[in-house]
Amino acid sequence: MADTLTPVLTADWAEKQSWKLATYERAGGYRALDKALSMAPDDIIAAVKDSGLRGRGGAGFPTGMKWGFIPQDNPNPKYLVVNADESEPGTCKDIPLMMASPHTLVEGVIISSFAIRANQAFIYIRGEVVHVIRRVQAAVAEAYAAGHLGRDIHGSGYDLEVIVHAGAGAYICGEETALLEGLEGRRGQPRLRPPFPAVAGLYASPTVINNVESIASVPSIIGNGAEWFASMGTEKSKGFGIFSLSGHVANPGQYEAPLGTTLRTLIDLAGGVRNGHELKFWTPGGSSTPILTAEHLDVPLDFEAVGAAGSMLGTRALQIFDETTCVVRAVLRWTEFYKHESCGKCTPCREGTYWLVQVLTKLENGTGAEGDLEVLLDQCDNILGRAFCALGDGATGPITSSIAYFREEYLEHLSNHGCPFDPAASTLFAAEGAGR
Amino acid sequence: MTEVSTDGGLSEATLAELRQIAARYPQPRSGLLPMLHLVQATQGRVTSEGIEACAEILDISTADVSGVATFYTMYKRRPVGDYHVGVCTNTLCAVMGGDAIFERLKEHLDVGNDETTDDGRITLEHIECNAACDYAPVMMVNWEFMDNMTPESARQLVDDLREGTEVRSTRGPRIATWREVERVLAGFPDDRVDEGPAAGPASLVGLEVARRRGWTAPSTETAGAVGSPADSATEAAEQADTSRAESETKQESDTEQQKGGQDD
Repeated sequence: MADTLTPVLTADWAEKQSWKLATYERAGGYRALDKALSMAPDDIIAAVKDSGLRGRGGAGFPTGMKWGFIPQDNPNPKYLVVNADESEPGTCKDIPLMMASPHTLVEGVIISSFAIRANQAFIYIRGEVVHVIRRVQAAVAEAYAAGHLGRDIHGSGYDLEVIVHAGAGAYICGEETALLEGLEGRRGQPRLRPPFPAVAGLYASPTVINNVESIASVPSIIGNGAEWFASMGTEKSKGFGIFSLSGHVANPGQYEAPLGTTLRTLIDLAGGVRNGHELKFWTPGGSSTPILTAEHLDVPLDFEAVGAAGSMLGTRALQIFDETTCVVRAVLRWTEFYKHESCGKCTPCREGTYWLVQVLTKLENGTGAEGDLEVLLDQCDNILGRAFCALGDGATGPITSSIAYFREEYLEHLSNHGCPFDPAASTLFAAEGAGR
Repeated sequence: MTEVSTDGGLSEATLAELRQIAARYPQPRSGLLPMLHLVQATQGRVTSEGIEACAEILDISTADVSGVATFYTMYKRRPVGDYHVGVCTNTLCAVMGGDAIFERLKEHLDVGNDETTDDGRITLEHIECNAACDYAPVMMVNWEFMDNMTPESARQLVDDLREGTEVRSTRGPRIATWREVERVLAGFPDDRVDEGPAAGPASLVGLEVARRRGWTAPSTETAGAVGSPADSATEAAEQADTSRAESETKQESDTEQQKGGQDD
């Protein structure tokens, strides 16, 4: 049984200048790369498969299996693309990882690229985090200078080039095929699949796209062994992950724990819900994952159990809201976000998110009608599964789940002719008189 | 204050740098996003001249470039102030105080969303989640983190920016101008990478709890395998979290099988 918290990726974040190559190497950095370069690439893929690592960007697809899909007999170059477009509301793990420990990612990129036989990799970082981009740019430059990147890495004969690419503000580019469009210099709209990126991705060539945390986990798996990684977590959700607590808890922040921990455990470690308040609702993995309530405090936070509870583990972005928070206001704001970020390619998402905002606004203002709830559910039903990509699906999650758990609160807005909550009471600075 | 040149063409040096960006990539068009960042760095916004220059270098139409420039929210067609001030008003930050902060700043600066103060110093915009939720309410100044803000600290911040007082990110470097930062995004690093901490306090709370209680990841000796990872694509997809992943992978393995069949 692993410890309650298992810092691996976060272990060196408190070191002085943890982002520097010297700091990383002092702590054993780039030794896993030596080990990997002495292995057959297929054995690295097998090790990652055996570890049970599943994609840390939300969907949980087995990473090693994704690598195995790359057709090695395809004559085109192979590419690794790191999805560092962390934008899912509530999600805030990859950004601090890249800021504090960019070499963990760079080492993971080299090992992963070697495994899939790519000689060119890209790290696509959202543009709105310039200091993170600086740190990754510098880490890549340091790695080149030290011979960890470039030609004949560590004398192995293996060559790899890495480009750090800054995005320009588009949530949709977190969707992997939209990200490829962005990386090809186009509008970030998702592609029809098949063909899948593994067969025809970047420049119509075989491409693996993985989340930052997935790739950053690879050096520890190669360094310590697949069994070590698999000794943490639950039967089908192996290993550790960064759990990001935000909102109404005493000590929000990053908690790295084996998959399968619970919100009760994490809130306890975070000093409890904000003093004098109680948990009302929360997201397990970002705004696209249906909300849960206090009755789900003991749900193991792994892919299976959160799914069985009617939501998704997603990115382990645990946004905590206490009883001062209006759920209708929260859901309306998320819906406005989806409307704003809808890429416009498909009708159900482009038009659907527009109409969801119209109806939700009336409900929040208290000018709607009870029948609007059924209209909303009907709209959601017409978007879910009919949108071109997961953005449209994600937009429906907060709405359907909040109506399921808080229908009465929606109706209260109608009888009250407006929102019954005082937004000032929810703020961080509520104690200082709402700061006004 | 930096000079904003919105008329006239791009300098020869800028054109050379645009070509340099395109040359970084296996296919030049991949350089378009950073090239547009460089246009903003030199011109203060995405100008017609900048669009034409990108189109010519990449041998694509100006309509192609405009289509990209209008898709991504960081590209601005109107001049941006020296300091782009973003207030996160996505749900969590809004609830934690982002809405109140944004209202206060609109009133204090006498501008609306995506508008610039008359002195050209500050452009105010409400922004979406910037991946710093454990520091809510969050603001960004020229895309540097300003954590745990209040309406009062936000007002002080914009006053300092307008008066030219040096401002530091709460989790990053001295704040550069918007155009200087756009240059970093174009892939031309500045000298600020080693400023600021490795991590802010919230990033370290879990690590501190673990250290206090002596919790660590298992040592490599004590690790023993348990459970069973999926060993087929279909089983993996069924274990994966979304029905979308499931249908895609089943299609993918079907495709693989079909392909195998054709090859046979």
